[in-house]
Amino acid sequence: METKSISRRQFVKGTAGLVVAFNLFGSHLLGQTIGQSGAGPDGSPQPTELDSWLKVGSDGIITVYTSKVDLGTGVLTSLSQVMAEELDVAFDRIHMITGDTVQTIDQSQTSGSRTMHKAGPQLRQAAAAGRQELLKLASAELDTPVNQLTVNDGVVSVVGKPSQNVTYWKLLGGRRFHVTITATGTGAALKVAEAVPAKNPKDYKIVGTSVARVDIPGKVTGEFTYSQDVRIPGMLHGRVIRPLHVLSEPTGVDETSIKDIPGVVKVVKEKRFVGVVSTTEWGAIQAAKTLKVTWSTPDAKLPANRDALYDYLDRTKSVKDQVVADNGNLESGFSQGHKTLEATYHWPFHMHGMIGPSCAVADVQGDKATIWAGSQGTHRTRKAVADLLGVPQRNVRVVYAEGSGCYGRLCADDVAEDAALMSRAVGKPVRVQWMRHEEHAWEPKGTGQLMTVRAAVDAQGNVTAWDFKDRYFPYTAAPDYPLLASMQIGLKSNGPGFPGNGYEYGTTAAGDLYAFGNQRVVCAVIPWIQNEQSPLRTCNLRAPGAVSRAFASESFIDEIAASLQMDPVQFRLKCPRNEKRTAELLLAATRSAGWVERPSPAPASSASKATGRGVAISDRDGAIVAAVAEVEVEKATGKVKVKRITIAHDCGLIANPDGVKNQIEGNVVQGVSRALLEEIQFDELGIKNVDWNSYHTIRFEDIPAVDIVLINRPELGFLGAGEASIIPVPAAIANAVFDAIGVRVRDIPMTPERVLSAMRSQPNTNAKS
Amino acid sequence: MSRISLLVNGKTRVVDVDPETPLLYVLRDNLELNGPKFGCGLSQCGACTVIVEGRSVRSCSVPVSAMQNRSITTLEGLGSSTHPSYLQKAFIEEQAAQCGYCINGMIMTAKAFLDKNSNPSETEIKEALNNNLCRCGTHLRIVRAVKRAAREKVQTGKV
Repeated sequence: METKSISRRQFVKGTAGLVVAFNLFGSHLLGQTIGQSGAGPDGSPQPTELDSWLKVGSDGIITVYTSKVDLGTGVLTSLSQVMAEELDVAFDRIHMITGDTVQTIDQSQTSGSRTMHKAGPQLRQAAAAGRQELLKLASAELDTPVNQLTVNDGVVSVVGKPSQNVTYWKLLGGRRFHVTITATGTGAALKVAEAVPAKNPKDYKIVGTSVARVDIPGKVTGEFTYSQDVRIPGMLHGRVIRPLHVLSEPTGVDETSIKDIPGVVKVVKEKRFVGVVSTTEWGAIQAAKTLKVTWSTPDAKLPANRDALYDYLDRTKSVKDQVVADNGNLESGFSQGHKTLEATYHWPFHMHGMIGPSCAVADVQGDKATIWAGSQGTHRTRKAVADLLGVPQRNVRVVYAEGSGCYGRLCADDVAEDAALMSRAVGKPVRVQWMRHEEHAWEPKGTGQLMTVRAAVDAQGNVTAWDFKDRYFPYTAAPDYPLLASMQIGLKSNGPGFPGNGYEYGTTAAGDLYAFGNQRVVCAVIPWIQNEQSPLRTCNLRAPGAVSRAFASESFIDEIAASLQMDPVQFRLKCPRNEKRTAELLLAATRSAGWVERPSPAPASSASKATGRGVAISDRDGAIVAAVAEVEVEKATGKVKVKRITIAHDCGLIANPDGVKNQIEGNVVQGVSRALLEEIQFDELGIKNVDWNSYHTIRFEDIPAVDIVLINRPELGFLGAGEASIIPVPAAIANAVFDAIGVRVRDIPMTPERVLSAMRSQPNTNAKS
Repeated sequence: MSRISLLVNGKTRVVDVDPETPLLYVLRDNLELNGPKFGCGLSQCGACTVIVEGRSVRSCSVPVSAMQNRSITTLEGLGSSTHPSYLQKAFIEEQAAQCGYCINGMIMTAKAFLDKNSNPSETEIKEALNNNLCRCGTHLRIVRAVKRAAREKVQTGKV
């Protein structure tokens, strides 16, 4: 792979924001306006000020401010490419300050594969506006009209007269623009300087190249500062003692039980919250483990087991039926059908499973607080902490420090609250990192889903009716809902709470790629069993709900194709589609994978291992992906081995091809892991997965080969690559398993036991007809 | 509390700590070395790996008292971003990280492995790293980086 050589500045950039934050704006300076422009009432900069977005330093460094953060995807590098491109400066000149509530505009949290898609254009337009202003200044300085000027790496010169020039940093170095730009809407919907013309993608020189990531040199040498590595003077260490249910009451706390543990500073008790603070991390860990706390027995219970969970999802009245599609007449569609197929698919609760448990440092001094955390949205964390402490938001500063990989909402906000409560209690900065069992127990999970699909096909093999119903839990750890510590000290939701609070598990990937004439898609929101947080609390997990719905819908498309004895690719091409690009994508994937046209299943063989191939396609906000899986199934044991996944990927304009490939490889590997290995086990009292031996994720021995075909469509702009390619992976594997052994596995994960059980229970056809 | 002397990245460091403290917390909190990471505290994930006298060790699960006067190498001891070791350089060249939290363990485990096996097959590399967990799914790149490093090591004799 080719990447640009790494300059010193590039790796410094990866961590410099943090270093600056500590040195200049440490917690003691909190509350002072240190932003680069006039701050709004909440202490954050205003999007209508050009100075809120960028600053031209006299040293030739251009500092860019964004609330978007790098969660380990490399998006900071891609955004830097966008800025360098639009400003016509070398990549190395861009320095990003990210996710600092007093320095960055709230462009909404970093999630949903939306950073390049939504914030990319915001930053590009801010850069275009900056370039326009710099050219106006140059025009005056060089006494030449703007249309006679050209820019190369920040040097503005007169066309045809290169010696007549001036640099950006000479024009503006260290001073503010003092220019107002247009900015309408908020968060992800913010539109910035829309009227300013931006470069034609045809002319891009930096966007579209595999610039090496700015953070990797620091990460492979121990120089990078993760949230887990933040240290501030006088910092103590805290650990939380958390009951099984957050509303359990600590009826007894025996402080004498830890009298022999050195370093204990305080047992922090606040209503239902119990924590310990120690001078050393090991002391805090020992004290939290040893402290005798008696908890009241909670009334609430989890479902007794997996069957009870799906039974609950099936029989409980939904609070909201989200009708995603209701086209034509379903009844007449079914009556036109030559045959009707129906299948039910089960998706379990999954874990994000970050390797490094959540960690935050809080420094609460009087009515002000500074927090360092690996939050997806520091502005959101600021509100949570401000509410917890009962202080105005402008009194709280949250500074992003990257955590361990983030594949959706983790506990960076929860641990920030834990640290804030304990820091307030001891009047000193406190660092809290959760232990592994706490992270496993309390990270918000991806919801279990129960999906039923019915379809009818006529004698010509046309789908005359498509009826998809998904039943799932909404986010019970929703953004506006109190976090764990807040709940423990008795705070209630300011918003509608849950369910029905607007934080549902998505509605896409339920067959919406296909424009069937009679089509109904409903995603039903099932109220959670009790209105308090349990270890099965739910929140967004990479491509929320879509991976599972694609597993059901794309498996079912295959079931229909098989019932018609049609090749799965040809059948998909025959179906009317909403998106013309998918045909080209499908062909790109299948060509690369060496797909041979024939119906599934493959002819049976007497070999001990059966091989099969399967395909699936998906769409995430316009980023479309086709996956071809090649598997081997050991007939005696039911063990599925994924040998290869081929991905064709169209996310519109590609900013950094190698960055996109890195994301695709990660999505595929995670998708294989979730499809074959992962499931949260629980009983009425709690979850049973407390470590990596009880929640299995994929290891090196099971990693498939990944082949990637990138399709670049500059005319579409950025559509996002963070999540799109996980979506079709489980479905493609399930289809390949069917191809191999002629039986359909409709339960995730496809463990050897489930595959064997399917082989025993299913006749040689795949669907009820 | 006990005074314990350690040889860390070639330098003698004396710490005054509870002797039962796992090595990980001493390296991180007392010596401010950020390479080794807390991942599980259970020897399951490998994020905390360091090298003790040539062998990869899970620093979350060994008491510092067992390390008295022993030679410990952390990620920082291999190289820096200005002077990366051949293995770190291979990880940069292959862009073999996403969040990078597991990478300390990957590099330290690979280092101990390559020091004993200079020309490994891909299968041997995967076996050597099989008990190190990565959640971002960077495995393919990590294997490529270790292969690249092994090639580099054979060609140039670097250590």
